[in-house]
Amino acid sequence: MKTYLPIFVVVAVLALVPFVTASNVVLNFLVVTLLIALAGQGWNLLGGYGGQYSFGHAAFFGTGAYVTAILQVQYGINAWFGLLIGIAAGALVGIVIGALSFRWGLRGSYFSLVTLAFAEVLRIVASVAPITGAGVGTLIKLDLRPEAFQFQSRAPFYWIALGLVGLSLIVVRGIENSRFGAYLVAIRENEDAARALGVDTFSVKLAAMIVSAAITAAAGCFYAQYFLFLDAAIAYGTWISIDALLAPIVGGVGTLFGPLLGALIIKMLGESTKLVTGGAPGLDLAIYGLLLIAVVGLAPRGIAGLLSALVPRRFRPPSVPEHHHG
Amino acid sequence: MAEMLLRIYAISKRFGGLLAVDKASFNVRPGRITALIGPNGAGKTTLFAIISGFLTPDEGRIVYDGADITGAAPHMLARRGIARTFQIVQPFAGLTVRENIAVGAHLARPNRVDALAAAGEVAYAVGLGTQLEQSAATLTVAGRKRLELARALATKPRLVLLDEVLAGLNPSEIRDMVPVIRKIADWGVTILMIEHVMQAVMTLAEQVLVLAEGRIIAEGTPQQVAADRQVIEAYLGHGAAARMISGAGHG
Repeated sequence: MKTYLPIFVVVAVLALVPFVTASNVVLNFLVVTLLIALAGQGWNLLGGYGGQYSFGHAAFFGTGAYVTAILQVQYGINAWFGLLIGIAAGALVGIVIGALSFRWGLRGSYFSLVTLAFAEVLRIVASVAPITGAGVGTLIKLDLRPEAFQFQSRAPFYWIALGLVGLSLIVVRGIENSRFGAYLVAIRENEDAARALGVDTFSVKLAAMIVSAAITAAAGCFYAQYFLFLDAAIAYGTWISIDALLAPIVGGVGTLFGPLLGALIIKMLGESTKLVTGGAPGLDLAIYGLLLIAVVGLAPRGIAGLLSALVPRRFRPPSVPEHHHG
Repeated sequence: MAEMLLRIYAISKRFGGLLAVDKASFNVRPGRITALIGPNGAGKTTLFAIISGFLTPDEGRIVYDGADITGAAPHMLARRGIARTFQIVQPFAGLTVRENIAVGAHLARPNRVDALAAAGEVAYAVGLGTQLEQSAATLTVAGRKRLELARALATKPRLVLLDEVLAGLNPSEIRDMVPVIRKIADWGVTILMIEHVMQAVMTLAEQVLVLAEGRIIAEGTPQQVAADRQVIEAYLGHGAAARMISGAGHG
């Protein structure tokens, strides 16, 4: 249980924020940050721990978002139930993309490009298909009741987003401490060596893809309920694919808190850029690009890596198991 | 023949115009150290890659423990008890020595804590006990060779394929490593090793196979093989055996 303690501390502290400030600007900023952190944690599991760099996590985000929205708008299904179906649908898309690309042994940049292509195909289909509202988009009817997953104030949304992030942290920490997690990291470090040691690399990568897709899809479902509007460029746009990979890379790729830390940094940077430049179109992306180059060049293990390099060795938790089960 | 652990039947592997392995056949007895030697480019590593499932042979059959395993995937073979090391070491560079070995130990131990503990025991057995918490990237060549060995052993194999675990080591490191290999054999693990360090082959191996141009050209005890005309010619060139014998006569 000790390894979960930092998660509970971080989530408990963040849960207090709405009691400190009622400012909608601050809460809105933090909700969006948590959303990116959640989507980024999904990417981090596959990319950070498994070394499979996806450029198309929008495929899962958008599927989660659209399924939640369409089930309500077209079929009158409850939003909470829609959330669960949306997560499952995202996982299903993960199975399809994962099975196809891993079965054919795509590695490295080939895998990245294929994921990008899948996300783009989904975006184009969503921009013409009648069920998504095509070019007009999908509007979820305003219904400010908790039963409908809509709230008067921002605070409940904030706590739900925080709860989802907390859940994703627990899932990823659990994977870190498991054989599955060890195999996933082994594949990232050296796939052939992992195979020689009995790792079924296809199954491990596929399982990681499914959990990764489900987590990012949850962020999409939440997005739909929070903003109540979707179109193809939002749901399947490259913006979310970029944010989902930028947050963990900046924060610390393959680290538990990397996505949360990175999301906070890129969102703060994005907001301050807007303030300074008055929101010149495309400038935030240029800033992101510079940030990415700086992080990869100067701190390849991200901010979390920099921090752990600063902490003296003797204060670090021992990696030696302290007790044996037999 | 029923007591053979591994039986190779007429294995061939072609890469484009190059016939890397040409109808190679041999047997490996359980609980012994068998060395596979031969000049550079003879096809030894290709043969290892085929036995461990990384390559599929174009022709021939591999029977392990009475079952046909031709074309089985590497991870399935690892689960059946065949482990291998790589000639070019393949550490999980971002992980510690303990975490590296634990990946192998996980094959028999699903629990993380158990696997990490077992990794410690294996590390001590191969002489990496003091470097457990060190990053694998910081190991010397000799350390990395030991790590290759430790990871393979952690899977609790019945047959281990060692691809030049002594290459790149200095004489004193070789002297340290030879007893480790003998200890593994003493545990009852069958060893098939590719090796160029002949002094080690001579002291360790009970059976030596000589591969040249993809074919097994000689087989026997180290002494038999060292005196074999074909083997001398394969290493030193055509006519070398005759020159050596006549040279010895003159000298």
